[in-house]
Amino acid sequence: MSNEAVLHGSHVDTSHHADAHHGDHHDHHHHQSFISKYVFSQDHKMIAKQFLITGMVWAVVGGLMSVIFRIQLGYPEASYHWLTDILGDINKNWVTKEGRITADAYYAMVTTHGTVLVFFVLTAGLSGTFANFLIPLQIGARDMASPFMNMLSYWFFFAASVVMMSSIFVESGPFSGGWTAYPPLSALGDASPGSKTGMDMWLIAMALFVVSSLLGGLNYIATVLNMRTKGMSMTRLPLTIWALFFTAVLGVLSFPVLFSGFILLIFDRNFGTSFYLSDIFLSSTNTALPNEGGSAILYQHLFWFLGHPEVYIILLPAMGMVSEILSTNARKPIFGYMAMIGSLFAIVILAFLVWAHHMFVTGLNPFLGSIFVLLTLLIAVPSAIKVFNWLTTLWRGNIRFTPAMLFAIGFVSLFISGGLTGIWLGNSALDIHLHDTYFVIAHFHIVMGVASMFGMFAGIYHWYPKMYGRYLNNTLSYIHFWLTMIGAYLIFWPMHYEGLAGMPRRYYDYSIWESFKQFAELNRFISTVAMIVFAVQILFLINFFYSIWKGRKVTSQNPWGSTTLEWTTPINPGHGNWPGEIPEVYRWAYDYGKDGHEFIPQTQPVGENESHH
Amino acid sequence: MSMFFTIAVIVLVFLIIFQIAKASEYVAVLKGEERGRRQQNKVNGFLMIGFLVLGLVGVYVCNEMFYHKTLLAHESASVQGEKVDSMLWVTLIVTGVVFIITQIILFWFSYRYQESDNRKAFYFPHNNTMELVWTVVPAIALTVLVVIGLRNWFTFTSEAPKEAMKVEVTGKQFGWIFRYAGKDKEFGKKYFRNIDEAASNSLGQIWDDPKNFDDVVVTQTMYIVKNKPVELIINSRDVIHDVGLSHFRLKMDAVPGTPTTLWFTPKFTTKEMKEKTGNPNFQYEISCDQMCGNGHYSMKGVIEVVTQLEYDAWFAKQKPNYFAAFPDKDPANAQPAAPAAGADTTAAKAVAAAAH
Repeated sequence: MSNEAVLHGSHVDTSHHADAHHGDHHDHHHHQSFISKYVFSQDHKMIAKQFLITGMVWAVVGGLMSVIFRIQLGYPEASYHWLTDILGDINKNWVTKEGRITADAYYAMVTTHGTVLVFFVLTAGLSGTFANFLIPLQIGARDMASPFMNMLSYWFFFAASVVMMSSIFVESGPFSGGWTAYPPLSALGDASPGSKTGMDMWLIAMALFVVSSLLGGLNYIATVLNMRTKGMSMTRLPLTIWALFFTAVLGVLSFPVLFSGFILLIFDRNFGTSFYLSDIFLSSTNTALPNEGGSAILYQHLFWFLGHPEVYIILLPAMGMVSEILSTNARKPIFGYMAMIGSLFAIVILAFLVWAHHMFVTGLNPFLGSIFVLLTLLIAVPSAIKVFNWLTTLWRGNIRFTPAMLFAIGFVSLFISGGLTGIWLGNSALDIHLHDTYFVIAHFHIVMGVASMFGMFAGIYHWYPKMYGRYLNNTLSYIHFWLTMIGAYLIFWPMHYEGLAGMPRRYYDYSIWESFKQFAELNRFISTVAMIVFAVQILFLINFFYSIWKGRKVTSQNPWGSTTLEWTTPINPGHGNWPGEIPEVYRWAYDYGKDGHEFIPQTQPVGENESHH
Repeated sequence: MSMFFTIAVIVLVFLIIFQIAKASEYVAVLKGEERGRRQQNKVNGFLMIGFLVLGLVGVYVCNEMFYHKTLLAHESASVQGEKVDSMLWVTLIVTGVVFIITQIILFWFSYRYQESDNRKAFYFPHNNTMELVWTVVPAIALTVLVVIGLRNWFTFTSEAPKEAMKVEVTGKQFGWIFRYAGKDKEFGKKYFRNIDEAASNSLGQIWDDPKNFDDVVVTQTMYIVKNKPVELIINSRDVIHDVGLSHFRLKMDAVPGTPTTLWFTPKFTTKEMKEKTGNPNFQYEISCDQMCGNGHYSMKGVIEVVTQLEYDAWFAKQKPNYFAAFPDKDPANAQPAAPAAGADTTAAKAVAAAAH
């Protein structure tokens, strides 16, 4: 399909065109080659699946790494020759003679786990998948504003993935200085083996990733603003679209700043500049470096200017999907639709104004710190609005516990638990005690890691019938939810206590520390649960891939009884989404249970006697 | 061998679960999809309330098991840390109450409003009063927390009292170096290119600066005095480190090229803490809290909090680093003529001699 057709499709006065297009489109669809259909596809739905499956591969890699480094934390004395044989094949510095994991391996995996989970899974895998899949379907467009750019966005992500994956296998090891990559550690190969070739590849991969993210983001924004079907005003958009739209805005405005930070780092690493470097004497080489006058803290400002919005880039799509799924399955409108948009907007604005709360203990000017405390805790207000609105959405509903609904409820629970500890950490006087301890690990894994993962699962379970025309196995889905939910709390809840003992994060071994070694048993417990939870995710993957081919077929166009436009498309929509004309929209997306109707689709004109809300 | 066994067991468990899941899907289809769905709905509704109850019990049990292993079980070892603790309790109560109420509401609603033929969902799209209430109430609660927090923050980050003793702390991969100013109470100048481990100059002290002559440099253990404020002047020699003082409830980054400061008043000597914690091996440990390389986890320093008397006795035994760098200037090694008039004046004389 040509781009022009895409653009025309979004206009109303194209009934003549759309009919002609109908036949044309289907022929076209059948003549597609394997390459143009599955590889270099410009269909937003296929690109979404590409993002999803690449994200899943990374989730398995990143998750497996966490299991391996948790083995080190939980069972530091044990030796696993079978495991270390494999690791030793990857890098000879990763195992000791006794069959144990080395500190180099530990830090390489901690770093890779963080980087790929944050960027490749929860950014590309989450908004890449659902922005691509849902934006055209829910606003009533045939495809993205620029399908070609959309395809490029995926392939830049793919290239980033290839480079990042390759970096694991270089001789000096992948980057191992933590996902935040603070210089001077990340700038000096002599300070850490991972900061040699591994870091160059990390930076290249991240640069490619930023390009992918910008291409995608600009496209999402353009599509939402320009290509809504007739009647789809901004205030009739489902909240998923609002959330994905705001996510794209955040990404477009903040990723370039990260990129500039990386450029300066590349210069410091390779071209002898001193943006971040000053007063450095390296013990490993016994030499003083020539650099003077740089500021290592400058990097942190540039990094966190993206880094903080990044956590909302991860969280907002999950919030949007959860709002949609809660409302659909409670058979009730989302409570406070405008307040939900308003609070999303407030979060977006505040997301840009709180970055320095990651830097309270860097020697930041205390007055500046106090401003960031105020703005940080302010975020709790829109967050509270969202939580109370979700709770009220459930109130007096008629709840169907589909697997998606369970994950959405789980998301709310986790968001509450993790959000509340944010109030502790955002207050600088407490942060000075809790910063860089396991309290932080517990906080961000619950609120951003696991919660967003739950949002992603909710999205997958909810839209799987639309993606593949089949259902996932329900029993497996329920097992997946309950074990993951219980496991997530068992893993991360006790970590708060480790944090309250001051136990620092990113430690390979605690046995020499009188203050922290009392948690050996707890660490073993956490590691064991982590392994089980990881195994449960494999169960999900089996369910996912098995059901693509063997799942129960979807027989009705609208299996969840949903009001939104994607359920007006055929069960297996082709490229172009609607065979005929794009439907017109007459109402908002949340008319569930109105005037005694079970639900009223957005495409149904407002009746004369219908009540107003 | 055990590995194959483990994998075989895991695969088997997966297969069994998978087969059960497939079978239950068929059963559901046979029974009629609608009936199967309703049954599953009931089960999940029940699990929701079960999760809530077990979860809250779990929170209690977890607290019983681990509370005494945290720092909260013992009072803070610094005056500043008391404020951290009291603030922590206030925050815990505020967030704890919200946590329990919202989680109960979430799972109770899920259970209570599960699908039933006898109920129609209530069309309730918005209510301005309710929304206003839950905007304003959190805003007020947060204002209180911000006010408490900022008052403490400005106290912690204020200028150190004049009588505070000063210790310069320098992080390096992977250890800590401490410098005391000596009798003149002023640190001599230093420059990183002068660092030369072989010549006993691990900090790059400039020997032309006479203030350096009495500066004492020690590694591993830092001595400070009970009830006397101490100001740390924090540096790094290579990458970013962090002086983590968990027992004092404080920490501060060590940034190469940009010195930072942190001050606090220790309340108990190490000996007293051994008794208070009932742990004969108790140490005030300095943990590096900022990822600094593959030895990060072993970058440990020790603080010995002692009484003034003990401190004076310890300090009297320390030799200025100047004598390590220039052993011939050390009066102990010098010709017997040197009068025992105190280390600093001797050093000054030695310098005067060296200048010629």
